[in-house]
Amino acid sequence: MLALQGRNGSGKTSLLRMLCGLTPPASGEIRWCGRPIAQIGEEFRSELCFLGHQNAIKEELTPLENLLSTARLAQEPLDEDAALAALELVGLLGREDLACRYLSQGQKRRAALARLVHEKRALWVLDEPYVALDKAATELVAGLVGAHLQRGGLAVLTTHQAVAVPAGSVRELTLGDDVAAQQRL
Amino acid sequence: MLSLIRAVIGRDLRLAMRRQADIVAAMFFFIIVVSLFPLGVGPEPDQLRRLAPGVLWVAALLATMLSLPRLFADDHRDGTLEQLALVPQPLALIVLGKVIAHWLVAGLPLVLLAPVLGIQFDLAGDALAVLTLSLLIGTPALSGIGAIGAALTLGVRGGGVLLSLLVLPLYIPVLIFGAGAVDATVTGLGAQAHLSLLGALALGGVFFAPWPTAAALRVALE
Repeated sequence: MLALQGRNGSGKTSLLRMLCGLTPPASGEIRWCGRPIAQIGEEFRSELCFLGHQNAIKEELTPLENLLSTARLAQEPLDEDAALAALELVGLLGREDLACRYLSQGQKRRAALARLVHEKRALWVLDEPYVALDKAATELVAGLVGAHLQRGGLAVLTTHQAVAVPAGSVRELTLGDDVAAQQRL
Repeated sequence: MLSLIRAVIGRDLRLAMRRQADIVAAMFFFIIVVSLFPLGVGPEPDQLRRLAPGVLWVAALLATMLSLPRLFADDHRDGTLEQLALVPQPLALIVLGKVIAHWLVAGLPLVLLAPVLGIQFDLAGDALAVLTLSLLIGTPALSGIGAIGAALTLGVRGGGVLLSLLVLPLYIPVLIFGAGAVDATVTGLGAQAHLSLLGALALGGVFFAPWPTAAALRVALE
C-alpha cells in the first residue's frame, strides 16, 4: 500500500486522478505492468477501482440500488444477498431501502465504501477514504484494505489520519515539501 | 457490450422515474407552447393547418432543450461520471445508453402527445400520422446531437444558454425535414423523401454523436 500525505493543495488528488488516467500528466507517463496506461486503457481500467473525493452515489437511489447499479455498470453483477451482506458490514442494514438523500454525510460515505467489500480488482485508488467516517467505520475500511493487501492487491490512498492497516506493507510518500521549499526561496 | 448499454439505460430510467417532475415539466412546456399558438394567431383553420408542422416541431426542439443540461450535469456533480469514465468499455457506449434513455424520457412523450396536439390545428388524419412518424424518427437525432452540446458545456457557468446557442443551429436540418415531411403530406406531395433524410439524420445523430460526446466528457473530467 502507498499512503500519500501532504498539506492541502499539494497535489494528492491530482496525482490519484493521473494514476487512474482521468487527467493526463503534463509530462512523463504512467505505466501498469510495464506498459503505459494510455495504450492499454481497457485492460488497465478492468483492474482499477477508484473511489474519489465525491461519493459517486445517486441521491435518488437507495444504498442497495446504488450498490447493485454500480456493480452492473462495472460488468461484475452482484446478487442481492451479497449486496445486503456488504451493506450489513458497513452498518447500513435497515437503511438499505431509504433514498440516499436522507442519509447523513457519514452514512453516504459508508454507502460508497460498501462496494469495496466485494471488490476483487487488483488496484484500489482511494481518495481520502476516511473522511466523514467515525472510528468504527475507519477501522472497518482499514480492515478491508488490509484484506485486499493480503490477497495480493495494491492500494494507493491519500489520508491525513494515521490509520493502522492490519496487514501488508505500507509505504508513505509526502507530497509538497519541495514546492513549499521553493516558495520560501 | 449490450449488457452495459442496458445497464446504463436501466439506471437512467430508474433515476428519471424518481424525478418525474422533470419529465412532466418538459411535457407541459410542449403542450402549453403548442396551445398558445391557436390562441395567438386566431382560429382560422387554413392558417392553423399551415402553421401546424412548424409550430409542433419548434416546440419539440425547445422541449428537448429543456432536459439537455441535466443529461450529464447530475452525474458530473456527484462523481458518478468519473466512475462511468473508468468503466473498462469505451465511454461512447455509455453515452449511447444515456442518449437512448434521454430519448425514452424526453423524446417519446412528445411523439405520443403530438397527434393529440395536432388536432388543435385541424390537421387531417394522414398529416397527423406523418407528423407523429416524423417526430418518432427525428427526436432520437435531437437527443444524439444534444448530447454533444451537453458534454461540451459541462461545468460551464451559465451553460444552459450556451448549450442552446450551440445545439439549436445543429437542429436546423432536423427541423427542416421534420416539418417539411408534414408540409409535403398536406400539399399532397408525399413525405417519403423527407422521412428518409430524417432517418439518415437520426442514424447519424444517435450512432456517431457518442464518440465526440465521449471525447468532450473526458476533457470536462480533466
